[in-house]
Amino acid sequence: MFAEFLQYLFTGITIGATYALIALGFTLIYNASHVINFAQGEFLMIGGMATVSLTAMGVPMVLAIILAVLLAGVLGILLQRFAIAPAKQADVVTLIIITIGASIFIRGLAQLVWGKEYHVMQNFSSDEPIRIFGAVLNSQSLWVLGIGAILVVGLVLFFTRTLIGKAILATSMNKEAARLVGIRTQLVLMLAFLVSAVLGSVAGIVVAPITFTSYDIGIMLGLKGFVAAAIGGLGSGMGAVVGGLLLGIVEAMAAGYISSDYKDAVAFSMILIVLFFMPRGLFGAKVVERV
Amino acid sequence: MLKTILRRTGKFAAIAAAGLVMSAQAAEPIKIGSFLSVTGPASFLGDPELKTLEMYVEKINEEGGVLGRQLELIHYDDVGNASNARNFASRLIRSDRVDIIVGGSTTGATMAAVPLVEQAKIPFISLAGAVVITTPVKEWVFKTPQSDRMAAERILADMKDRGITKIGLISGTGGFGSSGRTQTLEVAEQVGIEVLADVTYSGSDTDMTAQLTNIRNTDGVEAVLNFGFGQGPAIVTRNYDQLGMELPFYQSHGVASDSFLELAGDSAEGLRLPASPLLVPDSLPDDDPQKKVVQDYKAEYEARWDSKVSTFGAYAYDGLMLAVQAIEAAGSTDKEAVREALENIQGHVGVTGVFNMSPEDHNGLDADSFRILEVQNGEWKLIN
Repeated sequence: MFAEFLQYLFTGITIGATYALIALGFTLIYNASHVINFAQGEFLMIGGMATVSLTAMGVPMVLAIILAVLLAGVLGILLQRFAIAPAKQADVVTLIIITIGASIFIRGLAQLVWGKEYHVMQNFSSDEPIRIFGAVLNSQSLWVLGIGAILVVGLVLFFTRTLIGKAILATSMNKEAARLVGIRTQLVLMLAFLVSAVLGSVAGIVVAPITFTSYDIGIMLGLKGFVAAAIGGLGSGMGAVVGGLLLGIVEAMAAGYISSDYKDAVAFSMILIVLFFMPRGLFGAKVVERV
Repeated sequence: MLKTILRRTGKFAAIAAAGLVMSAQAAEPIKIGSFLSVTGPASFLGDPELKTLEMYVEKINEEGGVLGRQLELIHYDDVGNASNARNFASRLIRSDRVDIIVGGSTTGATMAAVPLVEQAKIPFISLAGAVVITTPVKEWVFKTPQSDRMAAERILADMKDRGITKIGLISGTGGFGSSGRTQTLEVAEQVGIEVLADVTYSGSDTDMTAQLTNIRNTDGVEAVLNFGFGQGPAIVTRNYDQLGMELPFYQSHGVASDSFLELAGDSAEGLRLPASPLLVPDSLPDDDPQKKVVQDYKAEYEARWDSKVSTFGAYAYDGLMLAVQAIEAAGSTDKEAVREALENIQGHVGVTGVFNMSPEDHNGLDADSFRILEVQNGEWKLIN
């Protein structure tokens, strides 16, 4: 009985940690620009696919991961420079549509480069699952959780302790004012896209051994990540983490105890309930409009 | 006088034009229409299918075509979406005016096109698996893969041979998985196998541990069967292994490809499935009529595309070859004649099996065309 519960919990936490990492990427760009970057899932795909194809070419795993993250980072900057920046006068909805277009474009490109097959990535460490009180945990789940935790702490420090992080926050609160105090807002935006692309690609790489990877893996994971971010309250780092874990755990419990048929329905009802009672999400900031 | 000249010139022109049209018709290619899920979630079906069609249409044309006419492949990508499939089928029939349709990667896409095909009276060879496509028999609709019902029959027969009578069933919620689930439940009842646990997963799920734990905790389960396709079954296989489940494990023919072995890795060890002989061409006995066809298809496909063959591409190969044989037998592209020829094909050796069509059977295969394979040391091993 307890083993069963623990198993569902482990499953939920693993999936949830993935959602959380993606949600963090959404959060970051939302914080900097109030844009929801629907190409976030594509960074995840690029990370996984690039690592897989580089290792297949004989590049050592660690180097392949670094190169894949760099590639995603460059792509993030390109996305901002060539798709978002030229449309700077456009309103937020237009920018969101641009990101959707960019994601379709990147996916198409990836399909040409890597084909349509699913690819496998080896577990970082042992393939042997870990047994705890009768439940089983994939060792890769620990990597997902560990790296996820490091990234979260890193991001918190980045926003609270570094000038650049503070500049991003300042830009998000008031672009005009930020520019007046000497912050180069275009550069800040570019940075936000860079960091979020890196986040996304890292997420894609650590989960690839669990989920496999393919050119279109970003669609589903990206959507779930967005849902997690919305539950947590867009723009809150803490919210992204809690939202992701909550979504993962609810899904796993629903699949285990109720029926796998209703798993997605339960997850979506959860969003409705959360947003009904707390329209700005669990950790959403209260909006203060100053006149 | 002038009038007569004009009239005569007119007549002459008309005759000349008709002659031109007739000679153009003789050289006109035979149009083979196709709609496949080349991209999207079912792309692992449509992609090898399209590659196969392209490759063999080219090859047949190089060898002089069919009835002295070249083949022309007109193809659309339905992205795995049934309503796209319907639109493309309509375009193939109405504006491209194709002679025969070979396509429909998924059951959903196929069934969406069936009413149009029946109405337009055009021969249609589907590449999808579900039993509903040809049962009940539809006048103009044929198909090349064995039905999921045959797969269920084959799997459950193998289980009975091993003395298994109580099973846990896990299936995908997509068209293939849910149809397979229905067929399994029906066949199980007929042959006296009890399905104690019955769980599902959706095609995009990334972890099925919860569902498998549910089966593991069901008392009395002696074997587990997974009906699904895509990356889902590979994840199920891995999770099964991680959970340390020791019961005999079966998959459906939906995963019968070498790329599945690559995805599932060591965790696939010991699992069984019903499959086309394509996966084990060299272990077939020499007197097996399919051996040469299967070996040739595998060698040609792999040489041309530098990727592994899959059973799905073979469905397209069989579809195209059946179409070609029917057109040759009919001696024309007259639709009714081709349809009749298709219906009367006997002993056609394909990659998937030996086809014996009849007015009552538009699939022409039996459950024995499936071979039971087991994964041993990371390779397919022919069991029976």
